[in-house]
Amino acid sequence: MSSSSDRHKEVFREEAHELLTELEQSLLELENTPGDSEQIGRAFRALHTIKGSGSMFGFDEVVAFAHELETVFDLVRNGEIPVTKELIGITLESGDLLRRMLDSETGWQEAVASLVQRLRELVPAGAPSPSGPAAKMKEQKDPEKDRDAPQVTYRIRFRPSLSILSTGTDPLLLIDELGQLGECKAIVQTEAVPDIDSIDPEACYLYWDIILTTGKGMNAIRDVFIFVEGDSGLSIDILDEKGSLGGEANYKKLGEILIERGDLSRDDLENILRNTKRLGETLVEAGLVGPGKVASALAEQQYMREKRRTLKEAEAASSIRVPSSRLDKLADLIGELVTMQARLSQFSLVNNSPELSAIAEGVEHLTEELRDTIMNVRLVPIETVFGKLRRIVRDLSNDLGKEVELEIEGGETELDKSLIEKLGDPLVHLVRNSMDHGIEPPEVREACGKPRKGVIHLSAAHSGANVLIRIVDDGKGLDAAAIKAKAIEKGLIPQGAEMTDREVCQLIFASGLSTAKEVTKVSGRGVGMDVVKKNIESLRGTIEVESWKGQGTDITLRLPLTLAIIDGLLVKIGDGHFVIPLSIVGECVEMASAKKAGRNGRRIANVRGEIVPYISLRDLFAISGAPPETEQIVIIETDGRKVGLLVDHVIGENQTVIKTLGGTFRDIDWISGATILGDGSVALIVAAGQIVSGLNAKRWRRPPARRNKKG
Amino acid sequence: MSVSGISQASQYLTFRLGEEVFAIDIAQVREVLDYTPVTRVPRTPDFMCGVINLRGSVVPVVDMRLKFGMPKTEKTINTCIIIMEISAEGGRAQMGALADSVQEVVELEPGSIEPAPKIGAGLRVDFIKGMGKRDEKFIIILDIDRVFSEEELSDISAVKLPAGAGQAA
Repeated sequence: MSSSSDRHKEVFREEAHELLTELEQSLLELENTPGDSEQIGRAFRALHTIKGSGSMFGFDEVVAFAHELETVFDLVRNGEIPVTKELIGITLESGDLLRRMLDSETGWQEAVASLVQRLRELVPAGAPSPSGPAAKMKEQKDPEKDRDAPQVTYRIRFRPSLSILSTGTDPLLLIDELGQLGECKAIVQTEAVPDIDSIDPEACYLYWDIILTTGKGMNAIRDVFIFVEGDSGLSIDILDEKGSLGGEANYKKLGEILIERGDLSRDDLENILRNTKRLGETLVEAGLVGPGKVASALAEQQYMREKRRTLKEAEAASSIRVPSSRLDKLADLIGELVTMQARLSQFSLVNNSPELSAIAEGVEHLTEELRDTIMNVRLVPIETVFGKLRRIVRDLSNDLGKEVELEIEGGETELDKSLIEKLGDPLVHLVRNSMDHGIEPPEVREACGKPRKGVIHLSAAHSGANVLIRIVDDGKGLDAAAIKAKAIEKGLIPQGAEMTDREVCQLIFASGLSTAKEVTKVSGRGVGMDVVKKNIESLRGTIEVESWKGQGTDITLRLPLTLAIIDGLLVKIGDGHFVIPLSIVGECVEMASAKKAGRNGRRIANVRGEIVPYISLRDLFAISGAPPETEQIVIIETDGRKVGLLVDHVIGENQTVIKTLGGTFRDIDWISGATILGDGSVALIVAAGQIVSGLNAKRWRRPPARRNKKG
Repeated sequence: MSVSGISQASQYLTFRLGEEVFAIDIAQVREVLDYTPVTRVPRTPDFMCGVINLRGSVVPVVDMRLKFGMPKTEKTINTCIIIMEISAEGGRAQMGALADSVQEVVELEPGSIEPAPKIGAGLRVDFIKGMGKRDEKFIIILDIDRVFSEEELSDISAVKLPAGAGQAA
């Protein structure tokens, strides 16, 4: 029993965290567009839901605090408090505090008290409290009543009795009361008002049609009219039961509404319609548009309606909450299955039975499809990480006294969820860096002829099997000369080393290098960029920086879509098997050993007239033994350039289930993991990108064949 | 080093490296495998044999003789791989070790275990947990968490390569 309530609490926590993120997003939007009532509503709803479900699971302090916030936002919603920077700041702080309250039992009581104080100060004296806090709390604690009720839209026709005014009831007050239940639109009907001669000044001739959207339920509406229901005409119909109004812009046709309300009979409507021509026909008759064009426009209309409908259905079915551990388990299992399938294929090859190989092939196709599907399930839009950055940019611009705008593009780009989890910290670090080192203070920017407000442009996009994430700022850029001087001082590069500015820029990823004049709380200690690079590389990604002095910096991350399984190219060197990620492989060419030229581990191949430098993996990996007569070059593309990798044989494509090598091999940059082949032996995955960038940094030299074979 | 870590009688797996008999706490031994071919990981220290496939996971294997400065293990019919579980930074990790032969499981009383001698063991002192005495012979009890710590094994400086060649970007 207690474990199930613990589980519910856990679910609530998770949900509350999501709602707080929602709140944060809407607040940040609000900061840009303070009058946006949709965002105010979003914030309010998030708070309301936290409060509502919190009370069900006994998070009393959270509920009480959320209530304070909600009270403020209710006033904001009614336009009684303006949306100010101060309000947003306090609310953001409150959101953070709520997170803390959710996560730990203690350590926040004082902060709560002071924030509540500040929140109350925001409320102008004498502002009407929507309802007494105590009453509201009580109502909230009743789970029957407010179980995060869905928003329902009602159509209400309220026809008070003629004598209602004589009982002392003001129908307008009733309608105001309705308005407090939710979004409300009342239309007064005056057709029953008689001529001035026969009017009874004490009678109420008016009646109202009211459209109300509320989560409070039918009974709450009836409660409003409870004292007048007896002698008044009241009809309540449900128009739409879903949370939103369904997103359909075109609601029912006018005629349908009138019939539903009983204001018009169906026969009458049909009579009228029969006599009216459709717009298309009228247009054609008038000779304005050809019949073909009308038909095509109608087809488009039909198509779009169809499309929207299927989209809606898809959306309705798309959200199902699954613990992420189950997804991990699925990925593990598909990994095992792929390995098994490789064994089956290998076995069928040896056995030479047509029936068996047909089965093996069938299994191979299914496995491949299953693999792709599971990997798809694990994809999460990168927006979840980008959203966090918005907040950081906001807070930091206040702390640093800089004006920065964060532009986000491609937030819908999807990545494997495990990647998303690990991407957060490096991105935060990079954006902090851009803010601290990149963007100048407003005065400096103006002096340079730039707009006061700096821009950080964050974008994500797919590029083949990779995802590119770019962080571009229009700040002061990197000072190549200063970096170089510092690197020489620290002994990272030799005195007088010849390097292009681009190469120098990459040095910011070396550990211990910071050119910041002073250490701030944000950055400047020279740790960080190397960690960022390490993190990105541990995700099998690459990071590159380009910078223009005075104009800005462009940092590009290139990450694989998924971590678990990749398509690989299996090659053989000596007795060992290696896998090169297929996503970077361009082509394979043969290379007769006689044609080999050059020395120093870096050589040049002539591929159909194109000059391609290549690296011998045999030499690089110090694999002993003589290479075969004819070797093969696998040409890969990294950093926009072609580089060849010389191997003994290219065996073929391979579905590579990536296994980590563990901490023991953590410093080995040229191998990114291992995989198990069909025969049960282990093949290593070549980190081709790192090898090439290592060579470019001229840190690789051809090592002597130093060791005799083993294993 | 003291024997403070050893307070009650426990069982040890003994194995042979050359003439020497070593022991490790049985609680840290997962299984003993017959020798299988090991896939070498390029440009790692000599004592790192490489990796093997242990029912789907990739497990590194160390040649303990080379690690302890003895001549390289020559494969015989008795050569085996002891799979151990060591505590690493991120939890527990599996690790294989090549041994010339596995002997037996013995029980040693705390009283029959002495602290490691400061000198003369031919082995780094911090690798030794204690010296067990049995039938008038000494058994070196290894502190395998230390021998196989990530720092020890990932130490690239142990790779004898010309300067500048051992590190990638």
